[in-house]
Amino acid sequence: MTGIPQSLPSSFFHFFIFMDLQLNNITHAYGDMTVLDDIDLTVSGGEIICIVGPSGCGKSTLLRLMGGLERPDSGEVLLLGEPPKSSLNPLTYIFQDFALLPWRTVEGNISLALEDHPISKQESRKIIDDVLSRTHLSDFKKAWPRQLSGGMKQRVAIARALAVRPAVMLMDEPLSALDSQTRELLMDDLIDLWMRESFTAIYVTHNLQEAVRFGHRIVVLSRRPGRVREIVKIDKPLSERGADNEELDEVQHYLWRLMRDDARAADRELLNG
Amino acid sequence: MADNETNPVPFRGGGFSHKPSFTVWMMVFVMLILFWEFGSNIGFISNLVLPAPSEAFNAFLQLIDSGMLWKHLRASLQRLILGWTFGTLLGVGVGLLIGLFSNVRAGLSPLVSAIFAIPKIALLPLFIIWFGIGEGSKVATILFGTFFPTVIATYGGVDNVDRSLIRMGQSFGLSRLSIVRKIIIPGALPAILSGFRISASIGIILLVAAEMIGAEFGVGAYILLAGSLMATDQLIAGVSILSLMGLSMAWVIGKVENYFLKWRV
Ligand SMILES: Nc1ncnc2c1ncn2[C@@H]1O[C@H](COP(=O)(O)OP(=O)(O)OP(=O)(O)O)[C@@H](O)[C@H]1O
Ligand SMILES: [Mg+2]
Repeated sequence: MTGIPQSLPSSFFHFFIFMDLQLNNITHAYGDMTVLDDIDLTVSGGEIICIVGPSGCGKSTLLRLMGGLERPDSGEVLLLGEPPKSSLNPLTYIFQDFALLPWRTVEGNISLALEDHPISKQESRKIIDDVLSRTHLSDFKKAWPRQLSGGMKQRVAIARALAVRPAVMLMDEPLSALDSQTRELLMDDLIDLWMRESFTAIYVTHNLQEAVRFGHRIVVLSRRPGRVREIVKIDKPLSERGADNEELDEVQHYLWRLMRDDARAADRELLNG
Repeated sequence: MADNETNPVPFRGGGFSHKPSFTVWMMVFVMLILFWEFGSNIGFISNLVLPAPSEAFNAFLQLIDSGMLWKHLRASLQRLILGWTFGTLLGVGVGLLIGLFSNVRAGLSPLVSAIFAIPKIALLPLFIIWFGIGEGSKVATILFGTFFPTVIATYGGVDNVDRSLIRMGQSFGLSRLSIVRKIIIPGALPAILSGFRISASIGIILLVAAEMIGAEFGVGAYILLAGSLMATDQLIAGVSILSLMGLSMAWVIGKVENYFLKWRV
């Protein structure tokens, strides 16, 4: 399961600690509108789960429930196993809109996530330098967010997430605010990060190509109220999922066939209010 | 239609953005003063209507010579600084409470809106009864007058802080206090500082009004006396002092903004 190559030194900084996440019969409604209906899902350590589904089916809501930003109406979200002590923030988000504080520099934005923890200044500086070099941002330590391109902003957000050594990364369309080239490069970076040291991730996306590229399992939600429609497993290791892969294309087409009617219906539903 | 004709695409962009130019402003200012002086000299502007700038300037020099300028200025600045400082500090405090706690908001924000609309100078007689005819009532008027706009600017600023940043703070497990200190207050700061600009000019208006109602010293008292003697040169000199006071406050706030909001541009 782990993707740590043999060549890395044993003292290699450990960012990720495995933890299983289990969702039991999650149902959630806003007012009269049921958004999620009876969702069951288990995510095991080191695994990447992609969640796809038509617009408005409750993907973002599901992710907020998983990270404890909202409480489900019924059902439970369980963390299996004690949250590891070395993890400062076991469930860590990467947001679509980056969510960087414009009044803090790159360095300051990362330090924000560390300041509430009993860490010495020295240690926190070490962590910051380390995550910045992992995300190729060392030269931009003192830059303001407004000076960065979208792709760089999202890399800062990824660096910030790495800094707290998450057990599970929760990503809500982290690449959809970016242009397609930047998206491609950042996807490579994410895969690279995972190959160096595998982590657990829930990755919400609109983009089926991203889903088949990054996910070990792909959860297809139906249109609202969101139910698990199917879970598609891809056995091919991430390292072998380059471009022009027929097998992946096939999975992608299969996913689209699953979603197409729902997506069309969801579209009409939105139009009719 | 000749298809071998080439024309540059006409430029239609540009404009609608401002470049500050000190020289242009200086030229306008100097020309205005020169025109005014010239008009007064040839009698185009009657001396009864408006004194020449040189006369107003002479009145100003006289004010310095007699040593009265410092007396008036000190009295005025003391009132203004006391009233404005406490008014804005309390205003920011109460504004944050209203912005952060829904109970406080439910209780106070209608009251704030109701009192905000009252011209505070109308309350001066009450303040005189409560705080005495001396400094107390004048400082209270300014304090009261600057408090309410600051409250409204502050909680408006808090309301406008990007919710997704707050959610980010929560998702990293920041304490409530950290979220307030590191996300909400910096996010509300631009609105709070532009509130300061407004409250500074309100402060000057109330200062003059309060000093006109009963003060021995102060720029407002000086202007009132000049007015009742029809000494228009002194009146213009006094008003210019007020204008300079306003400009310097705006300048200081501008510097503060440059420092605290350097992340903006
Ligand atoms: N805080 C909220 N209050 C009320 N309704 C909400 C709230 N958040 C989401 N909804 C509604 O719940 C439904 C699901 O929203 P959600 O954002 O989870 O969908 P999504 O699958 O992420 O959609 P998209 O693909 O467009 O991002 C939508 O119809 C939305 O309007
Ligand atoms: Mg969403």
